[in-house]
Amino acid sequence: MARGLPRLFGPRRRDDGGPRDLLGPLMDAIPDPLLVVDGTAVHHANAAARALLGAHVAEQDIRLTLRHPAAAALLAGREDGPVELTGLGGAERQWRLHAATLDGSCRLLHLTDLSAQRAAERMRVDFVANASHELRTPLATLIGFIETLEEANRPADAAVRARFLKIMDGEARRMQRLIDDLMSLSRIEADRYATPRERVDLAQLVRVAVADLRAGPEGARVVLADLPPAAAVQGDAGQLAQVVHNVVGNALKYGRAGTPVTVMLEEEAGRLRLRVTDEGDGIAPEHLPRLTERFYRADPGRSRAVGGTGLGLAIVKHIVERHRGQLEIGSEVGRGTTVSVSFPALPVS
Amino acid sequence: MATSGDMGGAFEGELGELRALVAEMGGLAEAAIDGAIAALTRRDLEGAARVVEEDRRLDALEAEVEARVVRLIALRAPVDDNLREVLAALKMAGVLERIGDYAKNIAKRVPLLSDARGIGPLSVLPAMARATAEMVRAALDAYAARDAAAAEQVTAQDRVVDDFYNSLFRALLTYMMENPHNISASTHLLFIAKNLERIGDHATNIAEMVFYAATGAPLGERVRGIDALVGA
Repeated sequence: MARGLPRLFGPRRRDDGGPRDLLGPLMDAIPDPLLVVDGTAVHHANAAARALLGAHVAEQDIRLTLRHPAAAALLAGREDGPVELTGLGGAERQWRLHAATLDGSCRLLHLTDLSAQRAAERMRVDFVANASHELRTPLATLIGFIETLEEANRPADAAVRARFLKIMDGEARRMQRLIDDLMSLSRIEADRYATPRERVDLAQLVRVAVADLRAGPEGARVVLADLPPAAAVQGDAGQLAQVVHNVVGNALKYGRAGTPVTVMLEEEAGRLRLRVTDEGDGIAPEHLPRLTERFYRADPGRSRAVGGTGLGLAIVKHIVERHRGQLEIGSEVGRGTTVSVSFPALPVS
Repeated sequence: MATSGDMGGAFEGELGELRALVAEMGGLAEAAIDGAIAALTRRDLEGAARVVEEDRRLDALEAEVEARVVRLIALRAPVDDNLREVLAALKMAGVLERIGDYAKNIAKRVPLLSDARGIGPLSVLPAMARATAEMVRAALDAYAARDAAAAEQVTAQDRVVDDFYNSLFRALLTYMMENPHNISASTHLLFIAKNLERIGDHATNIAEMVFYAATGAPLGERVRGIDALVGA
């Protein structure tokens, strides 16, 4: 069957008929699926190809497995590709198939996984669509009220005017927050691979941030537990303060009115853990994994009512990742939510 | 399928070629389903026309499989599992050709649905189509692997497709009752859903043939019986 192959793979062993030299292990070491075919008969499939297409692929006609019509001309030897295929190893996965002639009718087929690339493209498209939508909603409200106000400008309409202006002010500020959040998200993303180098006293930073928050609306509910005396991390002070603001801000927004929001900072096993606990309605488990997605909201109506942009936790996640930290969200429906963020601690200097 | 000698080797080669042709038909059928639904959701009239055009290849391949099977039986007189393989290939070619026809029928409705944009249930069709195409894909993967257990699993998936159909049927019916203006578009969508449901049934048939070719026993009524009861 394979005239050109013995030279390629070295003389065959009698017992198992497998290749004797290093070519087989070499192919197995390459993470992309690779197949050596003679005509359409599969002569050798590397480990990645066997994992993707099934172990049986090694003994049979390649056309049984690569059935996509786009591959037909390539497999018949009329072209070398590349062609793009779907439906291998899962309906949503996309592959690029290349062929290269090795010797006579003997060819190497190479599959490259395009799924991650395609998913990234889709995410970008979704993001633009979502962001535009989020920006348009407050604008539509503003325009509507402006049009109404044009008609309601007699002295007797003062009360209505005041009410409408207040709503317009709220919507305009919401849009401003949204744009601020979008800009800080893109700044954080821009240097996500640049590890911050400053030495930051996290205890001091938390103390200042909490004092800030206590001065704001509802701030009296924030309770600061004892802080460790020295708690240094390597980081960006501005971004870390933003983490505290966003997480505590969320707890204030979604905790029940009048209940405390507890902020704790503790050291454990070389890590500093910031823990923010509220007493609210909690978050149902199905929402937990998606909370850090941009514009994902567990309860859209409520989030908008309290002025959320849908980006707060996405920003937190990006900052935490940039600081080599970990973000955990635990919640019990009816009891409340605990968000904890931990960073590697710097040794005391 | 241990055969030896020149005769056996030649038979193996011809059977391999036959299996490859059936798989090629399978690939075309899978692509036709994907293409028809993509054309439907994107309102891509050219894409729909391509699906209709490509169906000729399926018809031609079916004829070729048939001719090869006749020649193989006449010249080689296969027995036992070889005969089962050959017969399964013949039957599968027929079923895949039918699947292609259903996909073609979906594609032909695309130009008639240009005003269906607002119809809510339309958004469920891609998910149903994915589930259906996945069944066909899994059945053909089982064929390539001669994997009876995988074939048996395909038959269980048919329930998902049936559930999709039932829920779409109800949703479209409500839609038509709400506004008679929707009836024409909704009817087309209902036929499309029905076509997908039939494709799912045919994928089950393929899986049964794979099971039969691999084991020599028909796939037990047990699985289907329970299914039918649940589906009812």
